Amino acid sequence: MIRFARLLEQLLFTPQRNTKIHHLSEWFQNTPMPDRGWGLAALVGEFQSKKAKPALIRAMASTKIDAELFAISYDFVGDLAETVALIWPEPHLRPNSTPPTLSSIVSALGDANAEETKTLISQWLDISDTTTRWGLLKLTTGGLRVGASARTVRLALAHAYGKPVEHIEEIWPLIQPPYTALFDWLEDKSPRPNADGKAVFRPLMLAHPLNDQDMASITPENWLVEWKWDGARVQLASGQDGVRLFSRSGDDISSGFPELTKPLDWHGTLDGELLAGQPHDIASFQDLQQRLNRKKPSVKLMQTVPVFLRAYDILIDGENDLRQMPIEHRREILQQTLKTLDHPAIDLSAVLPFTDAQQLDEWRQKCRDGGLIEGLMIKARNSVYHQGRVKGQWFKWKRDPLTADVVLLYAQRGHGKRSSFFSDYTFAAWANHGDQPDGEPVLVPVGKAYSGFSDAELKKLDAFVRANTIQRYGPVRELKKTLVVEVAFDAIGLSSRHKSGVAMRFPRFQRIRWDKPAHEADHLDTLMKWIDS
Amino acid sequence: MSPPHPSRWIRPLASGLAVIDGMGAPRFHIDATRANETVIVTHGHADHARPGHKHVIATPETLAIMEARYGARFAEQVTPLNWHETMRIGDVDIHLVPAGHVLGSAQIVLDSQGSRVVVSGDYKRKPDPTCAAFEPVACDIFITEATFALPVFSHPDPLTEISRILTSLALFPARAHVIGAYSLGKAQRVIALLRQAGYEAPIFIHGALQKLCQLYQDHGIDLGKLEPATSGQKGMPQPALAGQIVIAPPSALSDRWSRRLPDPLIIMASGWMQVKQRAKQSGVEMPLILSDHADWNDLLATIDEVDPKEVWITHGREDALMRALSLKGVTAKALHLIGYEDDAE
Ligand SMILES: [Zn+2]
Ligand SMILES: [Zn+2]
Repeated sequence: MIRFARLLEQLLFTPQRNTKIHHLSEWFQNTPMPDRGWGLAALVGEFQSKKAKPALIRAMASTKIDAELFAISYDFVGDLAETVALIWPEPHLRPNSTPPTLSSIVSALGDANAEETKTLISQWLDISDTTTRWGLLKLTTGGLRVGASARTVRLALAHAYGKPVEHIEEIWPLIQPPYTALFDWLEDKSPRPNADGKAVFRPLMLAHPLNDQDMASITPENWLVEWKWDGARVQLASGQDGVRLFSRSGDDISSGFPELTKPLDWHGTLDGELLAGQPHDIASFQDLQQRLNRKKPSVKLMQTVPVFLRAYDILIDGENDLRQMPIEHRREILQQTLKTLDHPAIDLSAVLPFTDAQQLDEWRQKCRDGGLIEGLMIKARNSVYHQGRVKGQWFKWKRDPLTADVVLLYAQRGHGKRSSFFSDYTFAAWANHGDQPDGEPVLVPVGKAYSGFSDAELKKLDAFVRANTIQRYGPVRELKKTLVVEVAFDAIGLSSRHKSGVAMRFPRFQRIRWDKPAHEADHLDTLMKWIDS
Repeated sequence: MSPPHPSRWIRPLASGLAVIDGMGAPRFHIDATRANETVIVTHGHADHARPGHKHVIATPETLAIMEARYGARFAEQVTPLNWHETMRIGDVDIHLVPAGHVLGSAQIVLDSQGSRVVVSGDYKRKPDPTCAAFEPVACDIFITEATFALPVFSHPDPLTEISRILTSLALFPARAHVIGAYSLGKAQRVIALLRQAGYEAPIFIHGALQKLCQLYQDHGIDLGKLEPATSGQKGMPQPALAGQIVIAPPSALSDRWSRRLPDPLIIMASGWMQVKQRAKQSGVEMPLILSDHADWNDLLATIDEVDPKEVWITHGREDALMRALSLKGVTAKALHLIGYEDDAE
């Protein structure tokens, strides 16, 4: 555990991805099984103790320190594992034993109940130093957040064992911690686990944003254009083991969408957009959100907010892997397949005939009116299905975001990378009270933003918060209403859950207007004008 | 008859902590945050020692630091006060004792109307070869800082921390080890600790540290052989610093200056480095936990030691300290003094 905690610390403080890969692959090569496999599981977010939930860790800490002091500390540090690691008092006489190995932690926690889990973790913390405590708590609570993505970890595996990373990604859904089958293959002790015919996630191909230089080359002869739908990218896989729906990141979200995961008499893999409503009557992203938030939707919700898949690509059809085929041909097969399937909740994303890029630009600007379209997808007719972002193959061309000048109202410290700085902001627009339309306007909250500022701006914002707090409500600081921020957002809709009556889609900081007086910020009426009809 | 409560003669004003006369007019300020008549300065950090006062009273070292930073005319009149030497203003006896924060840093002991008030200024209890160690003084009211007043701050032994640099140098002999350290106090302490740990090679310092390092050496603090890290035009660092230790102000860590160094390994020496996520945020590859302020346990132990009837808190994380003191049954209040920065550590 000590070495694993050191690895986590190295990953956290190493800025360069290549150096991270170096640290990781060194660790893989020097750690025996099954510790190696369990460490890998933790690194890719596939290990978590069932009982060591944040509430339990917090309860453990409360036996060691006053609850209010803990709350103030947690508010400052922003990360539960780190707060407890730092606060944990050193025992007067440190027991004469070393921290446990990864695999002994996993097996000890395996079927421990909550009380036993507390006792175990508490004993381990007593025999560890701060960094080991930190690593141990990160490991048991899951979510390491040390700046190494699952992708980076798999690149490190590829590097350590000299195998193509695509081969590792492809079999990922077939293997479980501690990944004995994976390492047996990586060490050439057994053949590669086989995904054929199974309903597994295949890595997605992604698009680059279109820039001005690329624009000129877009012609109907070489490019296919379709709408970029404002839903959620999903992958539908049907195999001998059933039908599954995967999110963009490969999470199995089947249970939330029964209308799409009934068994099919076709095997294969479709790539498309999950949308709320019906093919002829698409509902808003806010509606879709209700379904995305539900692991098991009620019958009533399924009736009021149905979903469907708008397919735009086919990766596998029966026994044929189509990914090396140009998209032009894949689309023909897709069209045929959907016709045969005749599925009430799956339809085709149409290709748009166009004359030139100028016309596309006009369409892109106009698609704001519909609200259900985010822009355009532009794909090279001859593009094969690669995983990840490949240069010059697929482009996305989004409509411009909306912007508004708003006033910062409340601030809260962030978590993870942003922790210990004020980075979560609630902002407001001016509005008149309904009962006094001619009275003085007041500020009403219209949204929350967590991103869009640079690290340098974050520091300045943090200093602003500390110097301009007028009231504290637990971790929330109410601010002097002076700072105007230009926020960008993708859309705005009506919402009954917010006091202002509106909700923004993905608001983020665009610019901090240190110079602008608060009374010049936007009025709610201005924002209302952009609400999708 | 019991003496009147000291809040009759010392209280926080918008311009900082002030001792007042019977009519409520300030007799003098302590670390005034704006230009004032008579000001006692605890130590030379810029947020505590500001230029433009009429009359400044401080230790000779602090006065020298102010002169080095602001020029000879930083005040109309200056009065050096040696350790334990008493002076009187109105009905208040004043003397200074070491605070262990930076060279010349003092606690201000005030005796008036039968009560004793001690203003700690910034202070620490961990060993520091570059300044006189903190002396606890029993008092009625202890006015303390609270920069690191959170139970998460338990600063490790400074010599153990500094030796991590030497370990890293052995591991990466081709990388320039550039340490970000504030120009007054931290930089000189890092150098002195490296010397204590047995590092004898020249240490290269950024131009912004030159003057204050010289000042420390003039006051008899042995920093060994120092060489400028900067040479040639435009103040750019020398290419020949591979495998050397370079000290620079934190602001130079993130700019072009440090990126010109051969394969720089960015180290930051600060008490804030204890919070990994915060260290990560500042782009540091090797955080060095080295603080010139008292950590949580040292704050509480110091308050136990001076055993005051009341604790007043000047600046920092006062809510946690207030809570801990209330659990111990100690009366405490936060003064919410504005104008002292806690990042400059
Ligand atoms: Zn200071
Ligand atoms: Zn200070």
